Amino acid sequence: MMRELYTQIIMDHYQRPRNRGEIDNPDIEEHLLNPLCGDEVTVYALFEGDKVSDVKFGGRGCAISQASASMMTERLMGKSREAAEKEIKGFKSMMTGETEFPEMDDLAALKGVIQYPSRIKCATLAWNAFQKGMNDGG
Amino acid sequence: MYDVAEIRQNFPILDREVHGKPLVYLDNAATSQKPRQVIQTLTDYYEKHNANIHRGAHRLAEEATAAYEEAREKVARFISAPDSDGLIFTRGTTESINLVAHAWGRKNLREGDEIVLTETEHHSNLVPWQLAVRDTGARLRFIPMLDDGTLDMEAARRLIGPKTKLVACTHASNVLATINPVEELARLAHENDALMLVDGAQSAPHMPVDVEKLGCDFFAASGHKMLGPTGAGFLWGRIEILEEMEPFLGGGEMIREVHLDHSTWNDLPYKFEAGTMNIEGAIGLGAAVDYLDELGMENIREHERRLGAYAHGRLSEIEGIVLYGPEKDRAGLVSFSLPDVHPHDLSQLLDEEGVAIRSGHHCCQPLMRRLGIAATARASFYLYNTEEEADALVAALVRAREFFGAFA
Repeated sequence: MMRELYTQIIMDHYQRPRNRGEIDNPDIEEHLLNPLCGDEVTVYALFEGDKVSDVKFGGRGCAISQASASMMTERLMGKSREAAEKEIKGFKSMMTGETEFPEMDDLAALKGVIQYPSRIKCATLAWNAFQKGMNDGG
Repeated sequence: MYDVAEIRQNFPILDREVHGKPLVYLDNAATSQKPRQVIQTLTDYYEKHNANIHRGAHRLAEEATAAYEEAREKVARFISAPDSDGLIFTRGTTESINLVAHAWGRKNLREGDEIVLTETEHHSNLVPWQLAVRDTGARLRFIPMLDDGTLDMEAARRLIGPKTKLVACTHASNVLATINPVEELARLAHENDALMLVDGAQSAPHMPVDVEKLGCDFFAASGHKMLGPTGAGFLWGRIEILEEMEPFLGGGEMIREVHLDHSTWNDLPYKFEAGTMNIEGAIGLGAAVDYLDELGMENIREHERRLGAYAHGRLSEIEGIVLYGPEKDRAGLVSFSLPDVHPHDLSQLLDEEGVAIRSGHHCCQPLMRRLGIAATARASFYLYNTEEEADALVAALVRAREFFGAFA
């Protein structure tokens, strides 16, 4: 059962996070706190024209939140604002069970989280931060 | 001492399995489990006596009223209160403290006044005071914590002074397991004509409490952490102070005479019990207090002191573990963290083994900030927990760590 939640892919992103760090003078710098557990994430992004040219994350949290943040940075790199928004909405609807996780997709590693409602907020924390950053005019 | 194996049979939930493993319930600081005696009292109440209290002139109303008032007497005796008229039923510690912050605070606090808290408080003994000073212009001061998890009493002596109107402090910390010197704080408060409020959420369930010996003016606690049902707790206050206070909630029962444009207030304790109260909750709390009295609070404290020390010792053997709070004179709970497994993940992995612990900020965000962390894991023990359960916790922790380590 734990193998369904803490999959190889999640643990890989957790222990070897991609794009962890900060960006100087970013277009988006959004800090979000998970009030349930006190975990926090800061998401940074830089745009070149309409495209995400760099995205990084910082903060501290559980394996689920950190792995999900790491996977998000890979997913959103190079995307247009519209495509990024679509990715985020798509991810959140998968996490709420409204849409299916596509097979053969890294994000499907997070599928197990759905069975643990208290952990869904961990998985969506960074995604919410990025979305908020874009909505706030970043 | 009592026989733990024997009393465990009184708690039906302790027989259940979680994920195919026997439940090891170590989240007692959040809420306790309930003995059959309490559950049966609730059932009896609804099957035999249910009625609204105080105003009915029929048999059931009289029985319900008698049971409710008897529960008040029991709880008052349980904390050695001099008088049960000062014992007010509330939803729990949070509501009790809010009651004081409103009904006493809004009337008595002025600009320039100070309320002295500690930086280790639960949000329920912090946020109500933030709201009170926002409305009155008073200000909050904080007794710092020393690095060993005890209060800086030298700082307390400097902070509590002529401007202090109230000192409010947790009796036992829900994170650090520190038992605070509230008697000493009460003395300092009174020397400065200030009042003393004790947050007893983590002490009343676990150790003998004598409000006269503590010397406090208010004592707040939650029934559900001491074997009672959720939604019923209490505030005890000194009669002469409660009498001078404004009401908290307005409505039925708390009034004496109501006109269209004004009202007068009922006697204590009813002045603070507006609307239909949680009658079965209070009666269930009375049954819980009977159960605790039967075991003896001295015995319960001794059992938890030993078990807490045993668990602390076993946990300290785990390489790299960080244990929070003082080395000795601890309440029966342990907060800890492992460098390689986040507390949230730990509690999830432990759940898989049937071990229920809590992880997070434990409603103490300022304390977490002071400790420089976002969260801890916490195992909290109660009168029915055993050394075998502490061993199960340690074994599960070791396995959790191995599980995470396998990916590194």
